[in-house]
Parts: sequence; C-alpha cells; structure tokens
Amino acid sequence: MDIAWLLLLLPLLASIAILVHLHRKPDMAIFASVGSAALCFLIALAVAWGSVPAPASLVWMDFPESAGFPGLRIEAGMLFDSLSKGMLLIVTGVGLLVHIFSIGYMSHDPSKGRFFGGLSIFMFSMTGIVLATNLIMLFFFWEGVGLSSYLLIGFWYQKESAAAAANKAFVCNRLADFGFMIGILTFWVMMGTVSIEPDQLAQCYVHGTQIQSQVQSTLHGVTALIHQSGLITPTPILLTVMVLGLFCGCVGKSAMFPFHVWLPDAMEGPTPVSALIHAATMVAAGVYMLCRTYPLLILSPQGMGVIAFIGCFTAIFAALIAVQQNDIKRILAYSTLSQLGYMVMAVGCSGPDAAMFHLTTHAFFKALLFLAAGSVIHALHEEQDIWRMGGLWKKIPLTFVTFAIGMLALIGCPPFAGFFSKDYVLAVAYEHHPAFYWVGVFTAFLTAFYMTRLMVVAFWGPARTPTAEHPHESPSVMTIPLILLSILSIIGGFIGIETYYHTWAVNQLQATGQLPIDGHFVAIPEANWMIESGIPLLTVLAGVASAWFLYNGRATDPLRITVLARKFYFDEFYDRNLVVGTQMWASVLNWIDGWILEGLVIRGLAYFSVGMGELLKLFQTGSLQAYAFLFSLGGALLIYLTLFAH
Amino acid sequence: MEITLNHYLAVAATLFAIGMMGVIMRRNLLIIYMSLEMMLQAANLTLVAFSRFNPRGHLDGQVFVFFVITVAAAEVAVGLALIVALYRVRQTTQVQDLNTLKF
Repeated sequence: MDIAWLLLLLPLLASIAILVHLHRKPDMAIFASVGSAALCFLIALAVAWGSVPAPASLVWMDFPESAGFPGLRIEAGMLFDSLSKGMLLIVTGVGLLVHIFSIGYMSHDPSKGRFFGGLSIFMFSMTGIVLATNLIMLFFFWEGVGLSSYLLIGFWYQKESAAAAANKAFVCNRLADFGFMIGILTFWVMMGTVSIEPDQLAQCYVHGTQIQSQVQSTLHGVTALIHQSGLITPTPILLTVMVLGLFCGCVGKSAMFPFHVWLPDAMEGPTPVSALIHAATMVAAGVYMLCRTYPLLILSPQGMGVIAFIGCFTAIFAALIAVQQNDIKRILAYSTLSQLGYMVMAVGCSGPDAAMFHLTTHAFFKALLFLAAGSVIHALHEEQDIWRMGGLWKKIPLTFVTFAIGMLALIGCPPFAGFFSKDYVLAVAYEHHPAFYWVGVFTAFLTAFYMTRLMVVAFWGPARTPTAEHPHESPSVMTIPLILLSILSIIGGFIGIETYYHTWAVNQLQATGQLPIDGHFVAIPEANWMIESGIPLLTVLAGVASAWFLYNGRATDPLRITVLARKFYFDEFYDRNLVVGTQMWASVLNWIDGWILEGLVIRGLAYFSVGMGELLKLFQTGSLQAYAFLFSLGGALLIYLTLFAH
Repeated sequence: MEITLNHYLAVAATLFAIGMMGVIMRRNLLIIYMSLEMMLQAANLTLVAFSRFNPRGHLDGQVFVFFVITVAAAEVAVGLALIVALYRVRQTTQVQDLNTLKF
C-alpha cells in the first residue's frame, strides 16, 4: 500500500477508535488524535518535498456505458500538484498546531475525548477535499467537513444556542450543497467527466471554448452586433449554470453572502474549532475549490462577474458588521467573512494565485488570532465580551504580543504576511476593475478600524471587571502554537508563497499548451507601488488612528449604530421570511403526511382490514348449531350452483 | 308397484334431511352425534342403491359402504370417548354451554 493513503487513514482510524471506545479515556484519545495529526504533518512534509508519490487510483464506482448513458467512472485517488501540496501543508500544519493548543484549552472539559474525535474526523475530511481527484470524491469529503463542523459547533450541546448554531450551519451548508450538486452534475453533463486533475481540466476548458464558439457562430441580428461590439460575450447558459453551481458550493462552505449567517453563530463551538475549522481551513475550502476548478470558471465571464461581485460585497458587508460587535470571537468571525470575501473577489478578478496567497497567510494569522483569543478567553474564565476586559497587555504579555502580531498581519501592516497578500489581492482587483479595488481599500480601512478597536478595548486601559484583573497566562502547550503561528505570520510574506502560487496558476493554464495565458485569465498586475501599497497603507493608518482616538480610554462604545450591531437584520429577515415560509411549507407537508399518507393510506388500510375482521367476527357466535346451519346453507348453495345454475 | 332407484334415493334424501335437521336443531351432543350417523347412513344407502341398479352389475358401491361402516365405527369410538371426556370436564353435553372459544 502507498504511504500516501496514511494521510487519510490515520485520522480516520483515530476518529473511529475515539468515537467507538477511547472517548471514555481522554488521555488515550488525545494521544491518538494528536499523534495522527503529527504523523499526517510529517507525511505532508514528505509529500511537499516530493519523496512520496501519488498513489494509484482505486476504482470507487463504475457505471458502465449503456444506451443513452455515457458511462461514469469514479476513482478514489490523490492529486499531488503545487496547489494541493501547498494546501495540504496548511491544513496539516495549522491542524497540528490547533490540536496541540486544544490539549491545553480543553484540559478542564470532561468530554474532551469526543472533541478530539471530532477534530480527527475533520482532519480526515479536509485532507480528502484537498487531495480529491474528482468532484464526486471532493463532494463526499465536502459533506464530511460539514459533518465534523456540525459535531464541533454543537460540542457543548447542552447549551441551546450551541445546538441551534450547529443546526443553522448544517442547514445553510446543505442548502448551498444542493447548488453545488447541480454544478457538479452540469459539469458532468457538459464535459463527460468529473475529474479535476489539471490536464483533464485543460481538456474541459478546450471543450468548453468549442461549445462557446458554436454558440457564437449561430448568433444573428442584434445579438451578433452586441457580440461584435465586445460588450458582452454570449455564453451557453449551461456553462454559466455550471460555474454558478460550483460557486454555490463555495458560497455555503466559505459563508459568502447570502449564506454568511451561519459562520458567526458557529463561534458557539470551542475556540480551537473556530480557529481550525471556521477560520483557517474549512471555510477556505470553498476558495480552494474555486482555484482548483479555475479553468472551468473562466469559461463563463458572467459567472466570474458574479463571483467577483459576491466576494467584494461580502468583504465590505462583513467588515461593516464587525465594527459594532462586542464578542471577541464574533469580531474575528466577521473579519474571517470579510477576508474570505477578499479571496473570492480575487478569484473572480482572475487572480487565483492572489486568492491562494491570501488564503495561506490568512490561515496563519487568523488561526493565530483565534488561538490567542482562545488564550484570552481561557485566562478570563470564558469571558468573551471585550467591554468586560481591559488592561490585559501587562497581565498576559505573551498572549498580547502574539495577538498583536496576528492583528498587524490581518490589517496589512508591513512587514507582516497580510500586508503582502492583501496588497496582491487589491492589485489584482485594480487590474480587473478599479471599483473592486476601492471597495477593497475601504474594507481594509474598516479592518484596521475594528481590529484596533478590539485591541484598544480588550488590552488597553483599566480592567473593567474583577475577572479581568486577575487573568492567568496560559500553559506552554497553548503558547507554543501561538509563537509558531506568530513566526509564520511574520515571515509569511517573504518565503515565496506568492511566486509559488503564481507559478502554479500559470502552469495550470498552460497544462496542455492550449490555454491562453494573458492578463485576461491570470491577472498580472502592473507594478504600481502607489496602488499596490501606498493607498492601502494610508487607509490602514487612517483606520488605526481613528479607532485609537475614538476608543482610547472609553468605558463604553461611543459609536452606537444599531443596524450594524444587529448585523443588518439578516437573522431577523431570514427568521421572518425564509424560516417562517419553510416552517409553513413544512407544516403543510406534515399535514399531508399525517392525514393523507398516514391517515388515509396507511391507517386507512389498517382500519379497512380491522373493519372487515369486526364484520366477520359476527359470524363467530359460539353456537355449534349456527355453524352447522351456515355450513349446510353453504353446502346447499354449492349443490344448487353445480346442478342448476348454468 | 316396482321399487325403482328413485324410491331408494328419496328415502336416502329424507334420512339425510332428518339427520341434518337433528344436527342443526338438537342441543344434546349425543343426539347430534346420532343425527350425524343418520346422515352417514343416508349416504351409504345411496351408494348401495346406485350399485344395485348399476346396469353393468359392478359392486364397487357396496364394497365402498363396508369401508364407510368400518371407518364410521372407528370414528364413533373416538367421538364417544371425546364426548365422555368433555362431560367429565364440563359436567354437561349441551352445546349451548360449550362456547368458550367465542370471541
């Protein structure tokens, strides 16, 4: 057996062992889970080094060709290319650090064995997504991360809010996955394959352009004129459906607008879960999937436009909400949404390399921020409201320093990792359309503003509550991951990630020598330091300064913008309309099920046979003579029928 | 007057009808049992009569009657034993009292 399969098998075995038996023995569970994560990271390093070859694919499902059915062969394999290797290192690396951090963070929880079992399921599924060679396999693991996310958000299921948040996340993801499924099926119908290996995707791209040119050659009249004018490229509707379907999967998993509502609520889970799943890796899976299928996306300019627009809108929308949140984890959650919006916008603006670069650095500093926030929460005995903190910087200095590094990386302060990746994203956006750039810049201002607000309120000033006066620094099992992630957040911009992904994107599009490689398909921004760094840096400074002057020394929030604090009333809107509508529809279905199906059909049949039995019961009188009489009547009838009735 | 097959059949039918009325109307198990035997003999009578008036002189019907009488004797032995056993348990042979299997 190939050693690469261990990447999937180890976490799977660990999770099975924990969920079946070891959850009663927390120490053994931690050993199994963390051990499997560590081994996976080592194997991932070997994979990235190139010393572990991709294993031969196994046939998973094989539907032979028959009349009217083109045949479908689904293989379970592993795809090792630059993109998946990079993502694999992020997933296993950040995953391992979060596993280690959790040992400390969850040390007082009685059911921590179950927690580590959930983490192992997550590692199994996430590795599967990263290495999937086709969309069916990807979808399988896609649902797997949805499951582990559900299990871990609802980890403290005794809390009603946690159970509700878990349901919300699962339902949102399921809804979006329906669109994803449509996208996958359309892909299969159009291309006759579900493979997402680079050379296959290149062939699909060529096939797609043929379909496009067929459509364009059949244009006539006004539509032909529009096409010649170059304003709109007509695209076969199915190609757009395919792209939007694939994007719909990303919208659910990466919590883009309008499915963004589940991610902030997912903060009900333990903080390491928020760091690993709902910030660093799982929510980035949507962006990863978009980058992976990038040659398909560029087939539909309309689809790309939708992607860029939704990404851009989510970025600014979430940043606005984050300005008025008071829960330290929720601020970070909205900032995650905003940064995911950046990544999706970068994909839509023909910059998959920029998206992956930002994804990587974001994984470092957002995991760091969440873990540091976890350290704060741990130090303050589950206190999450930033207005009940204050003055923490000298009491938990290590947490403060690491949090500050994460914050500086997030707002894009040089020379931290976020500075490079965010500027690359913004440059790509400018190349595509300046409007995206300016929205991105304003989002950067907001990011700097709300992160400074968080820092000033939580770490500066006097302690506002008794618990904030006596925090205790976290044990080293928690601080060491923080330090490692801080280092990554500092050096993330210098270690060639940008070049790495840019080479990948160019190679991907040149996979068969048939793909165009110019500014239209992979944006290569012009070097313009004012656009790329100058203006973003100025806005960041403005954001930091305004937040500092507004919040320094305040005991309550001087800004009160209800519409932002209430998250633009989206939860209420969904509750009033979608949820109520769904519930009404559900009660109609319930009525049909209860009265028509169960009442009429199932119970009806039952009552019919019971009624017949009741009727026939009347003949059983218990009187021998009656039986004999009926019997002789029957005999007489029989004789009559045989002799006289012809 | 010559006695024809129809006369025998008429007697047999009458016997059968009397027996059946006895089975249906009498309450005592022993009487019912006797009526049952009477129905059996009516059937025997038709068999013998058909055999007697068989134009080819076959005696199958008469042989068959011997079998019926033999089996009926054995059945009477079992049936009477059952009735005695039943009487020991229930102290009655009236059928209207024997209705424990009614719903």
